[in-house]
Amino acid sequence: MAESKLTNAQIAWRAAQDIEDGAYVNLGIGFPEMIAKFQPEGRDVIYHTENGVLGFGGAPKEGEEDWDLINAGKKAITLKPGASFFHHADSFSMVRGGHLDLAVLGAYQVAQNGDLANWRVGSKGVPAVGGAMDLVHGAKRVAVVTDHVTKDGKPKLVEACTFPLTGVGCVTRVYTSLAVVDIVDGHFVLREKLPGMSFDDLQAVTGAPLHLEGDPADLIVPALD
Amino acid sequence: MDKTIASLKAAVADIPDGSRLMIGGFGGSGAPIELIHALIDRYRETGSPKDLTVINNNAGNGSIGIAAMIKAGMVRKMICSFPRSSNAEAFNEKYLAGEIELELVPQGTLAERIRAAGAGIPAFYTPTSFGTELAAGKPTEEFDGKMYVRERWLRADYAIIKAQLGDTLGNLTYRLAGRNFNPLMAMAADRTVAQVGNLMDPGGIDPEIVVTPGIFVDGVVEVPEPQQEEALVRAGVVY
Repeated sequence: MAESKLTNAQIAWRAAQDIEDGAYVNLGIGFPEMIAKFQPEGRDVIYHTENGVLGFGGAPKEGEEDWDLINAGKKAITLKPGASFFHHADSFSMVRGGHLDLAVLGAYQVAQNGDLANWRVGSKGVPAVGGAMDLVHGAKRVAVVTDHVTKDGKPKLVEACTFPLTGVGCVTRVYTSLAVVDIVDGHFVLREKLPGMSFDDLQAVTGAPLHLEGDPADLIVPALD
Repeated sequence: MDKTIASLKAAVADIPDGSRLMIGGFGGSGAPIELIHALIDRYRETGSPKDLTVINNNAGNGSIGIAAMIKAGMVRKMICSFPRSSNAEAFNEKYLAGEIELELVPQGTLAERIRAAGAGIPAFYTPTSFGTELAAGKPTEEFDGKMYVRERWLRADYAIIKAQLGDTLGNLTYRLAGRNFNPLMAMAADRTVAQVGNLMDPGGIDPEIVVTPGIFVDGVVEVPEPQQEEALVRAGVVY
């Protein structure tokens, strides 16, 4: 029996396998940032952050932070050889201008037509959007990493989003704790699922029909810390 | 021509009540903390400037900088993309009490609205926010099969920004990711004052590395070894 679901690290590992050598990539704040840790050997990936850095690396050692050198999540970063700085309008030109190969974001809900809801869940509290609404437009591919269901078991892959939208028809692939799902012509197409899970069981926790184009592959991810 | 201003106090002396004020920085990176604190000092001494509309990516953090301005009661409205920072209690409390207005703008749209103002472009179209609640009431149009939202430029009366090198003509360079909104805001305000870590004579900065040409800058004030906002927040400093 396989694991009942992937950890966030395992979802991030799976997403990392699809990032090509030479890609320019923006990873959303939080969970998606983990993907950089699992970049396969031998591939050069250049990471973009909205606040004006291209080519940054991991966090500095504790005590060696320079707080003028941060990412969009306000975390201290380091620079790789060949990094560059630019102002915010250039940074978002890279985003909206179609220069990024991939943006990976988190989600509250993804709809079968590619709509994404990831910035607020209701009308209470202080709203904050940051760069999410910009990032979903312009990158050649927009992928989502997410648990397949909410903490209380409700589907996050849905027919139509009920939370406020971040963008319309923007997501092309979803990496979940149970499956890899593409969005094609307004519906979900199942590409990979955990080998220990039946199609029917997966469909039962998915809020819209899963379509098949041939047999889905096994979603096999190494055990990670 | 010499745009040098002798003191921080003089640099912020003529910002009137009710101004639209751009403040550079992204979080603590590139934030002109000494200019902000000089503005707070003036408010505490004179009661001005008040009723400010402040334009920044965030809405202050901790008990310094923009957060301290909000706490002091100088700010009527924030225009920003991400007010919900890790220690944003000053804004949160006023917002939830209905004591401060918020215009929430997606980050790339905020940057482009500021750039457009500096470039003399009164409106532009962006795909960002189409079909979302942040596009409510805004004109939309289809171009080449895709839908776009019309956004207006965002101008300001004043901008206060932070640079690393400056010369007496107002040419500027920035430090690391501290560039962010600073060069855009310099262009978009009627009057821009920069605090610079090192003020030089003309020719002191290689023209090849100037990021903001002096035409966009009205005043420069030297602040050697400036404080870093994030470091102050982490140290728990209260202003």
